[in-house]
Amino acid sequence: MVLEKMALVGDALSHVALPGLAIGFLLNINPFIGGFAFLFVSAVIIWYVQRITKISFEALVGAAFTSALAVGIILLREDPEALFEALFGDITTVVVWDAIAAAVVSVVAILLTRLIYRKLVLAMISEDLAISKGIDVAKTNLLYLFLVCTVVAVGIKIVGTLLVGFLVVVPAIAAKNLSSNMRKYALFGSIFGGISAFSGVLLANYFGLAPGPIVVFSGIAIFAVTTIVSWRMKINT
Amino acid sequence: MSVSGNGEHILKVSGLNVKLQNQPILEHVSFTVKKGTTLAVLGPNGAGKSVLFRVLLNLFPHEGKVEWAEKVKIGYVPQNVAVSDIPISVREFLSIGKNKCDPEAALSLVKLGAKILDKRLGVLSGGELRRVLIAWALIDDPSVLLLDEPTNGVDVGSEEPIFLMLDGIKKSREMTILLITHDIHIVQEYSDYLLAINKCVTFFGKSAEIANMATQKVIYGEPICVETIKSED
Repeated sequence: MVLEKMALVGDALSHVALPGLAIGFLLNINPFIGGFAFLFVSAVIIWYVQRITKISFEALVGAAFTSALAVGIILLREDPEALFEALFGDITTVVVWDAIAAAVVSVVAILLTRLIYRKLVLAMISEDLAISKGIDVAKTNLLYLFLVCTVVAVGIKIVGTLLVGFLVVVPAIAAKNLSSNMRKYALFGSIFGGISAFSGVLLANYFGLAPGPIVVFSGIAIFAVTTIVSWRMKINT
Repeated sequence: MSVSGNGEHILKVSGLNVKLQNQPILEHVSFTVKKGTTLAVLGPNGAGKSVLFRVLLNLFPHEGKVEWAEKVKIGYVPQNVAVSDIPISVREFLSIGKNKCDPEAALSLVKLGAKILDKRLGVLSGGELRRVLIAWALIDDPSVLLLDEPTNGVDVGSEEPIFLMLDGIKKSREMTILLITHDIHIVQEYSDYLLAINKCVTFFGKSAEIANMATQKVIYGEPICVETIKSED
């Protein structure tokens, strides 16, 4: 998302999960399933509409996420606790099975990303080049969207729909500050995302605060440090 | 679709028509390309040159025939690439989409040293980036190179070495080159044939004829005038 200059899209996309979470709460099923299903179906519709109409992805996601927030708020108007949990997450509701599911989903996402990342990068550099090499750019982008939705859905339970976009964007931006190649970019992005989440949850637990905002503060601190280091070392020049 | 019955030609385009949202982009374009020659494609902005290349690569819907010779492998270097914000090294880029790659050998083909292998694509100079893109296209040992303005973004003084390099590669590998350029000097010095288009073909023939004022008038609508200094008698 960051490399495609769609960082804000990555953030806004996460809000689209809210109606799915709301439906999960109302029907007493795992909100993660509802959130992921709604998020993925919405992402596919946005992807398809963008291909047909050529309206920018940012505009479509902007329309979708504001609508989704409105729908989600209306659906959960009778259950402010569930609404708060959907918007900001609640780590106390995470059980062992949630953690196992998140780990499995993350491993699958990493493996699939490894399969397609070269195709994605070539398409970012030049879509014509990618197509001339026989890469189905549309299908690759769809699989990429699926992976983004998966990662977002995994993080929603802990940090909520409003802040989960941070996990999609900020560790990647921090990694870009220090990376001269894709290998370092992937490695640093993973490390910074992990440190943000781990330290954020620990600090939140220590101070008795909601984990979502503290994870974000942790990540922002990492981003600030990498920006200063990059500026000082002029890594990118 | 293949050219048959004439081993000399590597490409034959007949009656090519391309439309975008019902607007004609190319109309009735026909030309041939002989194996081992360089065809320069010339024309004003918006003439359809880049679209023509995309049609030759089967990236754009069209009517008419595009017939490549059998077993042709095409290497393509687009005009524009977005690399400034992507943290990808030269080494990583050269290996993308390639079954096997010797990055140092690929760079030596385009007269670049191995010291840039670990540099980010985005920090390369214009000339270095263009050479790396050409190296990437050459890795698969193509028989045809399609180059869309191969010196786009390159300093004026660095353009000629790139064309000299391409000419050398063409001769050593017996390649066929199609290149889009705005530079008449390049057309004269480094191409064998010229295809001038402005939605349709305005000229197709030997490149040497570009020196002819009448040819330039046909291509550009008016001759290119060169100011001379008046001698003081």
